[in-house]
Amino acid sequence: MFDYRTTFGVEYQNLFNRTQIEGKLDKGAPLEWGMENRRGKPSTSFLFGLIGSQQVGPYYLGATGLASLICGLIAFEIIGLNLFASVGWDPVQFIRQLPWLGLQPPAPAWGLHIPPLAQGGWWLMAGFFLTTSILLWWVRVYRRARALGMGTHVAWAFASAIWLYLVDGFLRPLLMGSWSEGVPFGIFPHLDWTASLSIRYGNLYYDPFHMLSIVFLYGSTLLFAMHGGTILATSRYWAEREIEQATDPGTAAERGGIFWRWVMGFNATFESIHRWAVWFAILCTLTGGIGILLTGTVVDNWYLWGVKHGFAPEYPRVYAPITDPGLLRAAVQP
Amino acid sequence: MSMLHFEHKYRVRGGTLVGGDLFDFWAGPFYVGFFGVTTIFFTLIGTALIIYGAAIGPTWNVWRISIAPPDLRYGLGFAPMRAGGLWQWITFCAIGAFVSWDLRMVEIARKLGMGLHAPFAFACAILAYVTLEVIRPLLMGAWGNAFPYGIISHLDWVSNVGYQYLQFHYNPAHMIAVTFFFTTTLILAMHGGVILSSLNPPPGEPVKPGAYEDSFFRDLIVYSIGPLGIHRLGWFCAINAGVWSAICIVLSGPFWTRGWPEWWSWWLNLPFWN
Repeated sequence: MFDYRTTFGVEYQNLFNRTQIEGKLDKGAPLEWGMENRRGKPSTSFLFGLIGSQQVGPYYLGATGLASLICGLIAFEIIGLNLFASVGWDPVQFIRQLPWLGLQPPAPAWGLHIPPLAQGGWWLMAGFFLTTSILLWWVRVYRRARALGMGTHVAWAFASAIWLYLVDGFLRPLLMGSWSEGVPFGIFPHLDWTASLSIRYGNLYYDPFHMLSIVFLYGSTLLFAMHGGTILATSRYWAEREIEQATDPGTAAERGGIFWRWVMGFNATFESIHRWAVWFAILCTLTGGIGILLTGTVVDNWYLWGVKHGFAPEYPRVYAPITDPGLLRAAVQP
Repeated sequence: MSMLHFEHKYRVRGGTLVGGDLFDFWAGPFYVGFFGVTTIFFTLIGTALIIYGAAIGPTWNVWRISIAPPDLRYGLGFAPMRAGGLWQWITFCAIGAFVSWDLRMVEIARKLGMGLHAPFAFACAILAYVTLEVIRPLLMGAWGNAFPYGIISHLDWVSNVGYQYLQFHYNPAHMIAVTFFFTTTLILAMHGGVILSSLNPPPGEPVKPGAYEDSFFRDLIVYSIGPLGIHRLGWFCAINAGVWSAICIVLSGPFWTRGWPEWWSWWLNLPFWN
């Protein structure tokens, strides 16, 4: 008799929690300083409890975090109110057109000068507060780890994401000598920026650092599918207790490792899989930032660069040659 | 040979789906099984066809080698070997190899008393591949709508197909897929980072037990999904990245033929604000 329950082990997949834990909630591990800033009475959520921990809070809020939140709120308000103003303060049109609305950087003519608020000044100010908020949040991530006596790996991974953000909105515009190169705030506008940048500089797919960034993006997703899948598949051997399994491997660690060894001849360990994970994620934004920083500053056309270096084929010229609009810039400047 | 010191006790018979005990053995660290044999079979033929395709092609430059699907005029029929037939057989072998590899993972998981999460996730990746190379071409009526096998040429295909719909970023399913890719990478960094920071504390500090994972994220962002939940979330987001990628491309062509920016006009034209 074919029994799908035993064949596919449907009892062992552990996709949801069957029970909600009751009892005293966790007050959190002791902090080396600042215990008075750990706030909020911990509460529970039934829905969260279906897939993970049902406990919400307590949380830590000190001066750095508060300053970060305030700066983030200011940036959010500057952007939101500018979008609202752009539809004449009409609340219905604000919702209707929201995905299309954007806060644009200054026009090219302003270079790196500071324009009036309505001509890109708001964009600069929003960027300043958002950047301050993000950098303060980085300090918070670093200090929360240190206060618990932990390493600072999460902060350094976050720093790699901040690198890409700074390249897109600050460092590359600086090197190009114009704030106009920066990314607009807005849902569709930032997508338009992405597509325009790629077209203007000869298709970003030929940028080797863009290739690497995509490899690490897909690689990170692959790794989490493999790692998450392995832990869930061995969760009835307590695989999710990863610190214990890393320092004192039990049958969960043995089975998880052997599974990949039998599949592909190689396996990570309970510690090293997390090194793979962090490096793949860090390299995604690190290489991505390099790829964007070189675009327009060092390389003007990635396709022609690819042809020059022998990896992109030279395609037949279907259309009559047109002048690079970038070369006409002098003529259109006011 | 090439066994871990604890591996011997796990090398037991059973767990196979096909072939009983016949292929239930190992080669070095690799488990074989019936699907190991079929994996090797399809992989060798497929790889040989790719190399043959490169040999009759214009270049050995590894970036530029490309084996293209048949021209659109062949529709869904068989094409001559040199005019896309190779691509058809390579695709057939690739699917055979991928599915064999996945079923081999199922057998290994069963042998080790594990759940089937890893092979299920891989099945979703295979689904995305099959959607691009088989389902969408079938729906559009020609194998020529599939992507070519080549490093640069497949990027060109993605670029060209994207611009056929003007601005592919406006494809709502593409938005969801990209969001899942970015989210997965973000939470992978957070999870990997917190485990490493527990195992590698500053000098003089003891290794931190699992409860510190929760404390760190509750302090930082009010909520910690927990050691088990993070693997559910990561696995779920990773799978959805692949599945929504498949959805976003199968919509483009078979179900939507105009520019994706235009698709959003339903929102602007809702009766509510008109």
